[in-house]
Amino acid sequence: MTPDNLAALVPDGASIAIPPDNSLPSAAVAHALIRRGARALRLIGVPVSGFTTDLLVGAGCVASVQTSAVSLGEAGPAPRFTRALAAGTVAVIDATCPAIHTMLQAAEKGVPFMPLRGIIGSDVLAHRPDWTVIDNPFAGGGDPIVLLPALQPDFAIFHAVCADRDGNVWVGRRRELATIAHAARRTLVTVERIVEDNLLEDERLAPGAISGAYIEAVAVAARGAWPIGLLDEYPADAAHVAEYAALARSDEGFRTYLARYVLAAARAAAAA
Amino acid sequence: MSIAPEERLAAAIAHLILDPSAPPARHVAVGAASPIPAAACLLAKGLGQHIRISNLHSTRGNPFTDGCRELFDLAGQGRIDLFFLGGGQIDGEANLNLIGTGEWPGSGGVRFPGSFGSAFLYMVVPRTILFREEHSRRVLVPRVDHVSAPGISPPGVFRRGTAQALVTGRCVFRFDGARFTLASTHPGESAETIRANTGFSYAEPASVPTTPDPTETELALLRGPVRDAMLETYPGFCRRVWEPELAGAAH
Repeated sequence: MTPDNLAALVPDGASIAIPPDNSLPSAAVAHALIRRGARALRLIGVPVSGFTTDLLVGAGCVASVQTSAVSLGEAGPAPRFTRALAAGTVAVIDATCPAIHTMLQAAEKGVPFMPLRGIIGSDVLAHRPDWTVIDNPFAGGGDPIVLLPALQPDFAIFHAVCADRDGNVWVGRRRELATIAHAARRTLVTVERIVEDNLLEDERLAPGAISGAYIEAVAVAARGAWPIGLLDEYPADAAHVAEYAALARSDEGFRTYLARYVLAAARAAAAA
Repeated sequence: MSIAPEERLAAAIAHLILDPSAPPARHVAVGAASPIPAAACLLAKGLGQHIRISNLHSTRGNPFTDGCRELFDLAGQGRIDLFFLGGGQIDGEANLNLIGTGEWPGSGGVRFPGSFGSAFLYMVVPRTILFREEHSRRVLVPRVDHVSAPGISPPGVFRRGTAQALVTGRCVFRFDGARFTLASTHPGESAETIRANTGFSYAEPASVPTTPDPTETELALLRGPVRDAMLETYPGFCRRVWEPELAGAAH
C-alpha cells in the first residue's frame, strides 16, 4: 500500500475528518489526493484546520470545510482557504471546537445527538440550522441547552507513528484520532514504519494505540506528516511552512509549490 | 535592560490573575499562540500563587492525555478557572468576533481564523481575561459584525462568568458584567489617546492611573524562570523579547 493507493479509495464528494497541525495530519495522503485530482471533498477540521486543508483547498479538491478555525499557526492566515472563500469557490461551515468533538462523540456512541453547554448567543449557532436548542428536560424548565447532531465522516485520515502486522496503529496521547477513527465509516492511516510486535500486547503502548478493528488500510509514508511535525519523532519544518505561506499568496506561487513539492513526488515515484 | 512592552503586559495580566476580588485561579488553560498570557501565568505562579497551568500547545509533557476534547470536558465541568481570549473585533459589551467582517462568514470583508472554542469557553469558564495587543478603532468597535462568543447572556442562559478585564497594548479596561471601565493606561498613553483609539463607549474615572511597571522581583522572575519555562513552546517569542541580539543574529 502507498499513500496513492489510499487516495484512490476516497471518492470525489467524500467527507473527511482531518486533524490539525498539532495532531498528526497525513500530508502524504493530502499530496496523493491532489495528484489523483480529487474533487468536491467535504473536509471536517477536528476541531480546527491547518496546512493540509489549505493545500487541498488550493488544489481545487474541496467543496466545503466544516471547522472551528483555519490557520497556519505561526505562519499566519491560511492563504488559499482565505482566497477561495472570498472567491466563493469553497464554503465554510463554522463551528466551535467542543461542538466538533461532541458531534463526533455522538457518532462514536451511535446516538443521534448530544447536548453541549455554551454557544447560546453566538452567531455560530444562528448560522447552524442543523443545531437546535431545547429546554433541559431534567431541570424543570427554564434551562435552554444546545443539541448537536451526530457527525459521521465518510473517512478519517491521519498519520500515525507506526502500525503493527495486525493493523493496529500508535498515536500516543492524540486520542482525538481514536475518536475520529471510531466515528468515521472508514479510516485510512499512513505511518512512519511497521513494527513486528503487536501494539495491543504491550501494556505501555496499548493506551496510545487504536485497534485495527477501526482501520481499513495502512500505508507506509516515511516523514508522512512533513512539513508538519510528528510527536517526538520530528519537529515541524517551520521554514518550509513559511515558504509555503509566502508562495501560496499568489496563484502562480501556489502552482510553483505544487509542481515542486507535490506533483514532483509523483514523477519520482513513477520513475522508481 | 529597559522594560519590554511584553514584560509590562505580562505583569499587568499577572496582577489581574492575582486580584483577590476575582474568582480563584487554581487551574488556568493557555491556548495557542498566547506567549504573553503564558508568561503572565508563570509569573503569577512565581509570585507564589498556587496555580496549575495547562498549556494546550506544549508538545513535550502536554497535560491532556485523553484527546483535545479533554480541555473542553474539564471546562464544561467548571474545572478550568481562567482562560484567555482575544478577537478580531471586541465591542463594549465584551462580545468577541473571531469570524470576520462583512457578510457571514466573512466574505466581502476580512475573514478572521474562526471562533475556536470561544463560543463555549467564554460561557463555562468562571473568569476570562481578554487580551489583544492592537488597540485601535478597527479592533475595539461599537458593535462586532458577528458574535463568536457573547460577553453578556440573558437571565436563564447557563453561564459561569465573563470577562474580568481587557488588556491591550495601550491600557487595561475592567469589565463589570455590563460595561468596560478604563482602569489604567500604559506609559506614553493617556485618557485622551485611549478615547481617540477606542470605538466603543466605556466609563472613565476622573483620574486614570498609569499601569505600574513590573517590580524588580517580577522582572527577575520574567527574565529567569519564566523565560526558561517558555523556551520550548515559544522559542521565537523568547528570542524576540529576551535575547534580541540573538534574534538579530539568526536573520
